[in-house]
Amino acid sequence: MDEFQEILQDFLVESFELVEQLDSDLVELENTPEDLELLNGIFRVAHTVKGASSFLNFDVLTHLTHHMEDVLNKARHGDLIITSDVMDVILESVDLMKALLVIIRDTSADTGVDVAECVKKLDICSSGKASIESPVVVEVVVEESSEDDTDYDSMNADELEAEIERLLQERQEEDKAKRKAKIAAGEKVVSIEPDDEPTVETKNIPEAVPTPVVVTPTPVAPKVKSAPQAAAPAKKAATVEQTIRVDVKRLDHLMNLIGELVLAKNRLIKINDDVEERYEGEEFLEELNQVVSIVSLVTTDLQIAVMKTRMLPIGKVFNKFPRMIRDLTRELNKKIELDISGEETELDKSIVEEVGDPLVHIIRNSCDHGIEIPEIRIAAGKSETGTIRLKAYNEGNQIVIQIDDDGKGLDVDMLKAKSTENGTITEKEADQMSDKEAFSLIFRPGFSTATAVTNVSGRGVGMDVVKTNIEKLNGIIDIDSELGVGTSMKLKIPLTLAIIQALLVGVQEEYYAIPLASVLETVRISKNEIYTVEGRSVMRLRDDVLSLVHIGDIFEVERILDSSEHAYVVVLGLGTQKLGLIVDTLVGQEEIVIKSLGEYLKGIEGVAGATIRGDGGVTLIVDVVALMDIAKSVKASALVESSSSAAQITHEKTKASDYTVMIVDDSKTDRMIMRKAMEPLGVSLVEAADGQEALSILKQGDYNFDAMLIDIEMPRMDGYTLASEIKKYNRYKNMPLIAVTSRTGKSDRMRGVESGMVEYITKPYSSDYLASVVQRNINFKSEFLS
Amino acid sequence: MSDKLKQIINQQSDQQGVTIDQSDDIVQLVGFIIGEEEYAVPILSIQEIIKPFSWTRVPQVPKYVLGVFNLRGSVIPLIDLRQKFGLAKQKHNEETRFFVMRDGDDVAGFVIDRLTMAIRIKKSDIGAPPDTISSDDSMIDGVGKQEDRIITILKVDRLLERDF
Repeated sequence: MDEFQEILQDFLVESFELVEQLDSDLVELENTPEDLELLNGIFRVAHTVKGASSFLNFDVLTHLTHHMEDVLNKARHGDLIITSDVMDVILESVDLMKALLVIIRDTSADTGVDVAECVKKLDICSSGKASIESPVVVEVVVEESSEDDTDYDSMNADELEAEIERLLQERQEEDKAKRKAKIAAGEKVVSIEPDDEPTVETKNIPEAVPTPVVVTPTPVAPKVKSAPQAAAPAKKAATVEQTIRVDVKRLDHLMNLIGELVLAKNRLIKINDDVEERYEGEEFLEELNQVVSIVSLVTTDLQIAVMKTRMLPIGKVFNKFPRMIRDLTRELNKKIELDISGEETELDKSIVEEVGDPLVHIIRNSCDHGIEIPEIRIAAGKSETGTIRLKAYNEGNQIVIQIDDDGKGLDVDMLKAKSTENGTITEKEADQMSDKEAFSLIFRPGFSTATAVTNVSGRGVGMDVVKTNIEKLNGIIDIDSELGVGTSMKLKIPLTLAIIQALLVGVQEEYYAIPLASVLETVRISKNEIYTVEGRSVMRLRDDVLSLVHIGDIFEVERILDSSEHAYVVVLGLGTQKLGLIVDTLVGQEEIVIKSLGEYLKGIEGVAGATIRGDGGVTLIVDVVALMDIAKSVKASALVESSSSAAQITHEKTKASDYTVMIVDDSKTDRMIMRKAMEPLGVSLVEAADGQEALSILKQGDYNFDAMLIDIEMPRMDGYTLASEIKKYNRYKNMPLIAVTSRTGKSDRMRGVESGMVEYITKPYSSDYLASVVQRNINFKSEFLS
Repeated sequence: MSDKLKQIINQQSDQQGVTIDQSDDIVQLVGFIIGEEEYAVPILSIQEIIKPFSWTRVPQVPKYVLGVFNLRGSVIPLIDLRQKFGLAKQKHNEETRFFVMRDGDDVAGFVIDRLTMAIRIKKSDIGAPPDTISSDDSMIDGVGKQEDRIITILKVDRLLERDF
């Protein structure tokens, strides 16, 4: 059973790959029906699938492919000309084949698809009588093939002998010619051959139809020629790059490991910086520096190398479009040519999978709304056939997929009129809109320019989906159009999803990472540059008005720290949309690895994921797309000073021990002296050995301190720094800080005042003096004095 | 002689039978305290028990979801069981632990007040939860009785399920 499963897996992988190639080959075949190599290739696919499926007992699939094979075999031998109608049948059967393969993949059985009708059509084709559907083309096929057949049938043995003789001779001559050509052109022979020869014949066939005598060699000649052609793929195979199939899961795992490594690298760099600071000038630093830079270099290379293993050519997606365009042109009665370039451009596998659907929508849209029907095109002085250009190329860290059409272009006024009509924008907005902004209206949900809903488009869903899908990939859409000339759309997508460059920002005590791709610029502003318009904050940025939102309002950040006079605005851009995000600090740029928040926390608005920073902490990644949406509904509360209200909750003091004072000193003796001095007052005392400890006690908020006694010289964090840190907290802004120090210099006192100390007691001091200073500063009620 | 041998063999097989029965019947749990109550979860659902360390707050979640923390490179949600069970917030102290529990692919860390011990309890000593609270929504799997204690056994899959 396992063995069967294994074979089945291989069969499915192989078949899907073959079928994928088939679609584009078939469409190409329609344009050059005599390209034997193509025909042979297609025939081989049907044959391979048939062989494997019969071995695996998939009768329905075998049945279908067998009949496909029949038709293709005839075509291959020239007994059948591939016309659009024959091609329709073949394509239909390919679709059925795909459907069957999918069913097999899901259920391991090939039931549930009715192939009888298609098989019948195939039979009609292969029997040479062609389909009943379109008599116009049929004539040619019927006549030709039947005449060919009768010609041979009617020949008697001698004539046949003579014919064979003649053909053999022809072949020998051909071979000779070929040999000469080979000598002349060297290796190229193989590739030139199939191109050259058939074209000569192509011209023969239509002329030849009325005169059967000349026609006769054509069906046989290719057969003879197939010998050298069979050699061609063999030759190719020798030069094919060596590959192995690897389970995607393994690559994903590898990618995850690399992610870990990048994080470790970031951490190493951070530690290296710290060490450098502390042991400046030491010899071993040089060595450490070298190792760190090598590790970081190799990690980066490794990351790129692993990323490359996951890369697929975008041609995998582009492949299905020729077929789609072909179907659409027949459906819409338009003439459209598809011009694909850059299909070898590579993209991460996960992105290749995601980018297909948006492209389908865009191209369908171009066909339906962009390209006009032939009459109108001619009237407009354009060529009858419209062209859609699909192009992919690299641009920096991004890949650009460009879709151009030479259709009627987007009509800005019409777009605006439509949007105001169905209420997506107001007239005022419409007036202020630039052309670019107007173009992006087509991405609004429910928007459609089509007057009628057709089978192809016009429901107003497609482009909205395009936008959301592309934005999900952190990509942006750039749209440009000229009325009457055409429309050009550019999808700019990052190369990989897992590792991105981010801007780290701080708000209060939290940090957030913003994908750098959506950051346009950062500006430092002062509070009075922010205006409020209709309850929303805005600022002037050069000639524009930029709407602002505070990151704290979006992520419900508690305001513990007093915000400073200045703030930073990170200008985010997404397509034509812009938004200013107010943050407290800018930390810097860092390469981050995106990690999902997991099943439990998925779907949190505005958070795209998390990353692990160099210090081991977790930082959330901002989802810029969602942020833009949230920002619309967030009211500006950020900049209204809410400060003093929450400042200090003063409880009514009913006894001496309700007063709490913190003593911060690194010397135990000094702390003891202070304690002794204040004990007679009966106030509660809390001790801390240095600034850091004091700060963390404050942060915990277990006590309501009425005053602090602070020594200036302490390890880890000195008194001045502690005082200025404390002053950042709204809650402790008004708490009296008393310096207790042996530093007596004037500059020391000045620094004390600057950092927010209200009193300055110099050691040594008398207990009574200290007690009285404290008493004064905490408004100690005299009735508590015993 | 052979009788004796038989006897011994019989005895041995009896003993073996007994021990097998025992291990079949016994459930291994890890007990912990939240508020006043003792709770327990199956030992195999626990990935690890660690001392508390820093975490990152996540917006737009209920109060009992404290945020996320980094467990050797994975980002894992942290849930305060005190608050989830409707008790007041408490400062983490020396005895506070993070319980990292796993059910299939779902992993989360839970803050508990105090660890008690690993418990071996007979299946027969585990009763169904009281009728008043027994429903499919209940987080309680059963109630274990041991000596003078009553231990509430929790459903790990329910704990790891998102309910907001």
